[in-house]
Amino acid sequence: MSQPGPSSRGTRRKMETIIGTLLRTGVILAATVVLAGAIVYLARHGTEAPHYHAFHGEPSDLCSVAGIVTDAIELSGRGIIQLGLLLLIATPVMRVAVSLTAFLLERDWTYVVATLIVLSLLIYSLLGGSL
Amino acid sequence: MNILEMTALVWAASAAAGFLGALTGLGGGVVIVPFLTLVLGVDIRYAIGASLISVIATSSGAAAAYVKEGFTNIRIGMFLEIATTLGALVGASLAAVLPTHVVAVIFGVVLAMSAYLSSHAKGESRVKSEELRAESQEPSVESPEPSVGVSLTSRLSALNSRLSALNSRLRLEGSYPGPDGPIAYRAGGVLPGFGLMWIAGALSGMLGIGSGAVKVLAMDQAMGLPFKVSTATSNFMIGVTAAASAGVYLNRGYIDPGLAMSVMLGVLPGALLGTRFLAAARTKVLRIVFSVVILVLAVEMIYNGLTGRL
Repeated sequence: MSQPGPSSRGTRRKMETIIGTLLRTGVILAATVVLAGAIVYLARHGTEAPHYHAFHGEPSDLCSVAGIVTDAIELSGRGIIQLGLLLLIATPVMRVAVSLTAFLLERDWTYVVATLIVLSLLIYSLLGGSL
Repeated sequence: MNILEMTALVWAASAAAGFLGALTGLGGGVVIVPFLTLVLGVDIRYAIGASLISVIATSSGAAAAYVKEGFTNIRIGMFLEIATTLGALVGASLAAVLPTHVVAVIFGVVLAMSAYLSSHAKGESRVKSEELRAESQEPSVESPEPSVGVSLTSRLSALNSRLSALNSRLRLEGSYPGPDGPIAYRAGGVLPGFGLMWIAGALSGMLGIGSGAVKVLAMDQAMGLPFKVSTATSNFMIGVTAAASAGVYLNRGYIDPGLAMSVMLGVLPGALLGTRFLAAARTKVLRIVFSVVILVLAVEMIYNGLTGRL
């Protein structure tokens, strides 16, 4: 296997910059949405009693991507928070997707395959699969 | 206590946990779960879900900075993420079927081990010798013992050549900025490293922690990578590993928005502040104190798990 040439080292630096920016933007965006949802939630339910001693699971609309989006559009506090948490979970997934593009551009097929495996495991998990 | 008061309390505790976790390099997640369960009586499944969310937040935030510094090896990270995401899916699925008191006992044992590991870590001071070791290191093809039979010897060398073929195809190597220009390194021990990474992923998925200590162990010890590269790449991988189990947690209703928001919004600024102070602080004493705290929490978790209270 030949050493990566200067051009591929260039793409590597570029990929590092893009990934760094993506990670930071994702976290800031997610935290902002969660904070907005938190304010709505606390304003409406702040004086109620918490219920964390026993496990009930979450209502089904807060457990799936589609349900969370619907709730957030209806401006439910918990729905908005959950949307922010989804954005946070999506941040590393997006990072993997960016890496896939970079490896495709470099025609590094070994790593295209490796990245595809990781990406499909992540999507499988998010869509509700478990082993 | 109403929701507002509880949110304020969890937020403050999470900020403190994030701050200490970043200063000591132990991560905030390890104390969030014991605090929520032992002190506030939160069900361990909600606690693990909230902790996992905070792990994604802090690791993504920190990874953004590390990637820019050039210590992160994206290739090695990507390859090993196959192992950690697979492990995370298994771990998260296990957490769903195991009784909560068993999860509590496992959590306590892992907590005790991480306290032990961190009190023995030499951290930065070891980097110098790591650099030397990395430079002098040959791709780890060990010569078999002379006493071993011929067929076994030939089989071993066949396995070795196949492994090194895999190794060169994967290009598990790189360089990082040293004081006198870039320092090159190359990974050995791919199989043990991969196996340890699977375990790290499984623990992360089962307990909602980053399990950075095991990831660093896999790269630094098993694969012979430089310490700084190991810690930066570990941090880079934690977010993806945690995202793999977060999907499972979300679908099973472990992620409660009310709890997860206060933990995430507390740990994130706490950890950012902790990283700022990292250079100035005398972390040795702090690390020992924090390790003792973790050890006490570990014993409490194991005790409460065994007596069926968690």
